[in-house]
Amino acid sequence: MLLGRVQIPQSVRRGEAFEVRVLVQHPMETGFRRDMNGRAIPLNVLDHVSCKYGGREVFSAKLGSGIAANPYVAFYVTADTSGPLIVEWSDDKGEKGSFTATVSVAG
Amino acid sequence: MSFVLLRVLRVTSFVLLATAAEAQRPSPLKGGVEFQGDDVKTLQADEFANPGMLWVSKGEAYWKQPKGEARMACGGCHAQGAMKGVGARYPRHDEAIGRVVNLETRINACVTTKQKAPALAWESDELLSLTAYVARQSRGMPIAVSIDGKAKPVFEAGQRLYYQRIGQLHLACTNCHDASWGRTILAEKISQGHPDGWPAYRLEWQALGSLERRLRACFFGVRAEMPAYGSDDFTALELYLAWRAQGLPVSSPGIRR
Amino acid sequence: MQASAAAIAGGALGANAQGLGLAAPQDLTPYIREITGGRKPEERDVEIDIPQIAENGNSIPAKFRVKSPMTAEDHVTAIHILCERNPRVQAATFHLGPQSGRAEISTRIRLAGTQNVTVVAVLSGNRYLIGATPVLVTAAACLDETAG
Repeated sequence: MLLGRVQIPQSVRRGEAFEVRVLVQHPMETGFRRDMNGRAIPLNVLDHVSCKYGGREVFSAKLGSGIAANPYVAFYVTADTSGPLIVEWSDDKGEKGSFTATVSVAG
Repeated sequence: MSFVLLRVLRVTSFVLLATAAEAQRPSPLKGGVEFQGDDVKTLQADEFANPGMLWVSKGEAYWKQPKGEARMACGGCHAQGAMKGVGARYPRHDEAIGRVVNLETRINACVTTKQKAPALAWESDELLSLTAYVARQSRGMPIAVSIDGKAKPVFEAGQRLYYQRIGQLHLACTNCHDASWGRTILAEKISQGHPDGWPAYRLEWQALGSLERRLRACFFGVRAEMPAYGSDDFTALELYLAWRAQGLPVSSPGIRR
Repeated sequence: MQASAAAIAGGALGANAQGLGLAAPQDLTPYIREITGGRKPEERDVEIDIPQIAENGNSIPAKFRVKSPMTAEDHVTAIHILCERNPRVQAATFHLGPQSGRAEISTRIRLAGTQNVTVVAVLSGNRYLIGATPVLVTAAACLDETAG
């Protein structure tokens, strides 16, 4: 299970674009680093992040080793209905994680 | 010599020693993050995006998890909020353990004696997470360690080590962190060498690490043999550094280059 | 923004970056062509908010913005990040749509040395935009090894 956190505003107005901030614990190992014995540490990156809201996918990202360790991604979503906003992430080894935030739409 | 004269001499020498000790602390006192760039400062202040907070979250989870033969969770003994102020007081002399210990060692003492679980390895995910979580509870509180009584000889040993030239580069901590703080070396500003933001997320490590890991990097930097994790040298040095930083607010988890 | 002048083939450099030290900037033409299908992207409306000098190449905060009304008829569908001197030029791709409301992504990237960071945006209706900005990096990611 890959640990991560998601932050959205406490309450949003219908039609407003609000920021979704995501932080996941992951080494984003480039495959270029070497251990104390000179052996290359294998490539291991969080390569997929996606967000579902209002019953459909509203964002996705393909990440590579060019993204910093413990990846941080923030994107925008337009507020529509109150309800769950689910962010999911997975790495190139099949490890996964997710976080569900609750969107509270006023007006 | 008359009794009164002896008394006067003793008091005078104590005052002089105290003054000398005070004079050895940098002025003005500046926390570690002051010597980082704007982006690092912004990241440290960001409660959400500070990657060190991932270890704090994990620490909170470990805190609640029963473990060991005793099937105890840290939270089973320690009431909510009980850790407030703890991080600001370490290293300190622990009666039960019988010597001066840092926060990591104290946590491990609980793990082994109270939870009856195997000791957590230095720089292991669990020990780092717990240390970060406990230290975080003191965020904003001034560092205030005791160097009296049984801690005194350890403090003095740490002070000696701080002023001792070591390594192939023949440098003492004071050469950089007292004589040259604020100046630039290899495009980086030299800090005053305070432990106020530790454990910290170091961009170079791309992970959270302990103060001892950072101190080992300093020893490596002057091409000296690195003391082992948990060694007496480190405990003494950490106590001296905490005394030297007293008054600075705890800012763990910090971000450093 | 013309792709940086470099005569080195992308593939060879990418696979053997280890031990070679800092790479010369790669020609981004093949990477851009893969995104645009051969169409030339327009140099406008792409903003890259990134420090001029990065303290450490391992983690550089960056904000990528594309000016767009983000309506069903006119929106950004993808933002591609290309780093010409990284061992892997393609750093990330972000997929958006009209429901995004704003074509703005924040993240932290790695840069293996001083280089230009290039953004290619894909818009609805088969349109493409491009923008780039230079970043000075003192400690390079991927290639500056550290001890302990």
